[in-house]
Amino acid sequence: MREVVVISGKGGTGKTSLSASFAYLEGSNALVSDCDVDAANMHLLLDANFKNKSDFFSGEIAIIDEDSCTNCGICFEACKFDAITEDDDFHIVDPISCEGCHYCFRVCPHDAITMQTQKAGDIFVSDIKNSTQMVHAKLGFAAENSGKLVAKVKTEAKILALRGDKEFVITDGSPGIGCPVISSLSGASLVVLVTEATVSGLHDLKRVQELVKTFNLEAVCIINKYDLNANVTQDIEDFLDAQNIEVIAKLPYDETFTKALAKAQPIVEYSKDGELSLLVKDSWERIKTIIRNQK
Amino acid sequence: MKITFASGKGGTGKTTISTNLTSYLASMGKSVVLADLDVEEPNSALFIKSKLKKTTVSNKMIPKWNAVDCTLCKKCVEVCNFNAIVAMPKEILVFPELCHSCYACSELCPTDSLPMTPSRIGEIKEFSADGFSLVEGRLDLGQEMAVPLIAQTIKYIDENFNDSIKILDAPPGTSCPVIEASRGSDYVILITESTPFGLNDLTLAVETMKVLKQNFGIIINRYGIGNNGVEEYCKAENIPIISKIQNDKELAKLYANGELIYPKIEHFKNSLDEIITFIGGLK
Repeated sequence: MREVVVISGKGGTGKTSLSASFAYLEGSNALVSDCDVDAANMHLLLDANFKNKSDFFSGEIAIIDEDSCTNCGICFEACKFDAITEDDDFHIVDPISCEGCHYCFRVCPHDAITMQTQKAGDIFVSDIKNSTQMVHAKLGFAAENSGKLVAKVKTEAKILALRGDKEFVITDGSPGIGCPVISSLSGASLVVLVTEATVSGLHDLKRVQELVKTFNLEAVCIINKYDLNANVTQDIEDFLDAQNIEVIAKLPYDETFTKALAKAQPIVEYSKDGELSLLVKDSWERIKTIIRNQK
Repeated sequence: MKITFASGKGGTGKTTISTNLTSYLASMGKSVVLADLDVEEPNSALFIKSKLKKTTVSNKMIPKWNAVDCTLCKKCVEVCNFNAIVAMPKEILVFPELCHSCYACSELCPTDSLPMTPSRIGEIKEFSADGFSLVEGRLDLGQEMAVPLIAQTIKYIDENFNDSIKILDAPPGTSCPVIEASRGSDYVILITESTPFGLNDLTLAVETMKVLKQNFGIIINRYGIGNNGVEEYCKAENIPIISKIQNDKELAKLYANGELIYPKIEHFKNSLDEIITFIGGLK
């Protein structure tokens, strides 16, 4: 089982449309995971049925018992997150600010504080188009720890892939370079960097590639909207060349992507033989060849 | 007045709108500052001609082991809830990237052997542009936690630009970094696009704003593509649509080239006027 992780640095470059297309093309030979848990939407293109749901618990928050609290203020002094405020007769915790560090709980002389495990979200295993499965999640509103949830989604997908004897796990990562992205990248066989021919696309690509490099991962790149700006596309290609990263596809600015999206279909389903679909199919074949040739 | 531009989905136009709006307000003679809080991938500065004025190193506080008085009692290991401290047979190891800076180990250590010391996580850069300032938070590569730097960047503009209109460009998503970028603002403007992805992520962002009890409105970008799901949702939820920005390939080209849009595209400028009128009517 080998894992392909699709990431982008910048949001809105076409990462999810492409990952969903790869999933659609590979069908039952791949298991799919959506690790953009902050704003998960891959399920929209793959007709996920949200079949199996399980709770995801992560992090804790402090709760102060009003009756036991003597308003001594020791917890207030201890908390470095401004999560504790003084009310008339007792202290109170703001659950959004609480970091779950246990410091107040440890120092309260009256045992008035308890730590409560938080439900951070739901994890789903769904049946999807082309007879395979997808692991995805929904983070609770204003919840924390999306990096841990990403790790959980990935692990679940890998277990299912091994059990089902699938050749690939296809992972849609999240934007940025922080905790969720680092978590998405762990264990990747190949990273697919998706960028666009804009100054911000290039800037963000450079940062995320630096990150990929620190993990010693092999990467390829897809340049989306390459015809928006020839100079930027050239700069992107020069950068990738210097980094020894192969450009496996250059896709034109094309509103067919959006039309397919409005129909809740990956591009390779919406316009099977269109120019874009053929380019996407070729790039998926290239990805498989690269992975199969890895030692 | 502090306004945050946020969105669930990435790439919907937060940076385009906040950079252009700031520049446009400045051209009207308003005192305004833009804070780029997308500290993982800050790129407002790419769209604004500016000069770097000042760079401030951003630190988080982490414990540093001092061997002299340590008795290896392991109290620090016991109190750390993030597994950031490990006791070896003859030393204490600290893993900075796991530390949440709660100070418990440091303050509860019986021999004061873990003093808190600054550890670099990124930079806050102040740029001066034509008639306004831009302040950017930039997280160092390999750092996992964006929230402390976002908080410090907001504090920086509060302290240095208190009398200006503050425009905050938030990171994408709906979890902790967005919450940090939104919670202290007077108003949040969520930017979306009229596609199923845009709608899905908008509903997540809306629910987050409701949990925060934050006032918010919506801008629909790339209006005319996709479908009318976002409009129907806003109507059903009674959420104000502040402006609809027409889908326009010429606009995308200007963006691709790192240029400001409003001096060249009239309908975009009209949308900025709608936003300014809306903001002016708040409170």
